[in-house]
Amino acid sequence: MDSQTLLAELPRLRRYARALVGERCAADDLVQDTLERAWARFGQWRADGDLRPWLFAIMHNLRMDQLRKPRLDLVPIDDDVPELPVRANQSDRIEVADLAAALAQLPEEQRAVLLLVTLEEMRYADVASTLGIAVGTVMSRLSRGREHLRQILAGEAPSPQLRVVR
Amino acid sequence: MNSSPVTDADLHAFLDGELPPERHRAVEAWLAAHPDARRRLESFREQQRALRRMFAPVLDEPLPEALIQASRPPAAAPRGRPRRPWLQLVAGVLMTCTGVAGGWIARGQQDAVGMAAVVPLPRQAAVAHVVFSPDVKRPVEIRAEHEDQLITWLSKRLGTAVRPPRLTAQGFELIGGRLLPGSSGPVAQFMYHDASGQRLTLYVSTENASNRDTAFRFAQEGPVNVFYWIDGKFGYALSAGIPKDTLAGVATAVYEQLERP
Repeated sequence: MDSQTLLAELPRLRRYARALVGERCAADDLVQDTLERAWARFGQWRADGDLRPWLFAIMHNLRMDQLRKPRLDLVPIDDDVPELPVRANQSDRIEVADLAAALAQLPEEQRAVLLLVTLEEMRYADVASTLGIAVGTVMSRLSRGREHLRQILAGEAPSPQLRVVR
Repeated sequence: MNSSPVTDADLHAFLDGELPPERHRAVEAWLAAHPDARRRLESFREQQRALRRMFAPVLDEPLPEALIQASRPPAAAPRGRPRRPWLQLVAGVLMTCTGVAGGWIARGQQDAVGMAAVVPLPRQAAVAHVVFSPDVKRPVEIRAEHEDQLITWLSKRLGTAVRPPRLTAQGFELIGGRLLPGSSGPVAQFMYHDASGQRLTLYVSTENASNRDTAFRFAQEGPVNVFYWIDGKFGYALSAGIPKDTLAGVATAVYEQLERP
């Protein structure tokens, strides 16, 4: 692992973090924490292993730590600026704004699996090891996540469900 | 095996290319006879395309400076508290930029003690750099296209003529500028970037009550390197996450331009 290989992973790490967390600053903070932990745990990286899954696993663990901690909800101060460019392209059947809102309604565990499979094009087995869950769990979360997203976008889902606090 | 019923999990695995070839063909054949399942599958494909389209622009965004710094080994970019105090004197730069460096070094150290109660200039400048330079959409309040307005506005607010130096020869173009609160009044920040997107800020304060000139000084605030100096009532601080030597070259150019109005 060196600066150059790590730099090359940055766009992918940022894209996944943005899709998972939603807000740009919070997403980039998560990426920065990931890089810092990667350097701190440099000794644990197997030189023959792929860097990307290792980095995604670190990011996942940090995100889990974040979600476990009680936190203040930060409101982005530039919320009048769209986080992502909205295209006027008529052929885009799913509108960006609708998709972003629908994605945000998914439970985080479903969103993570859905994004790793669809956006990152990871194999189920790699998703399982990245998230530290069984392949069967990956498949069930993927199935629920896709179906859930489809229903929200089709206007079939009832109002966002209350999440059970464990 | 092929005759086993097609499950929901099969459909997703089919879509993601996770099925063994034989089972893949079996599901394909089954789908031919089940239009409802085909429509569902198509909606998942559209979902996937839309997700990729939506987040593709992130891949092309310029990388925030903080992340570039964090990609470097910690030894090269110390994080958190700097290893050395904020006041670091760079003898080489002192000698090339000033004629009476010796006397100013001693005075500079006294100043450092006297200024301990307030936030030091390089710290203020580094914080302002870290806050605004990663901002992709709104790094400045007035962009360089409206440089005249920028100069008029900042000069009016600071109560004295200020203008951004030209750093084209050093490879940096002006992005624009903004007004910031300093310790006791307004402060101007000019932002520049080079061809690689690396950002550099010049922080101009008019709050220097002691009104004594100093030589160039160098401070390291986490990943940000800062060169700063005081010239009459003006305090200048140049911040960027670039190597000290490179930054020193730019600082010299700024200093020379400010000397020759």
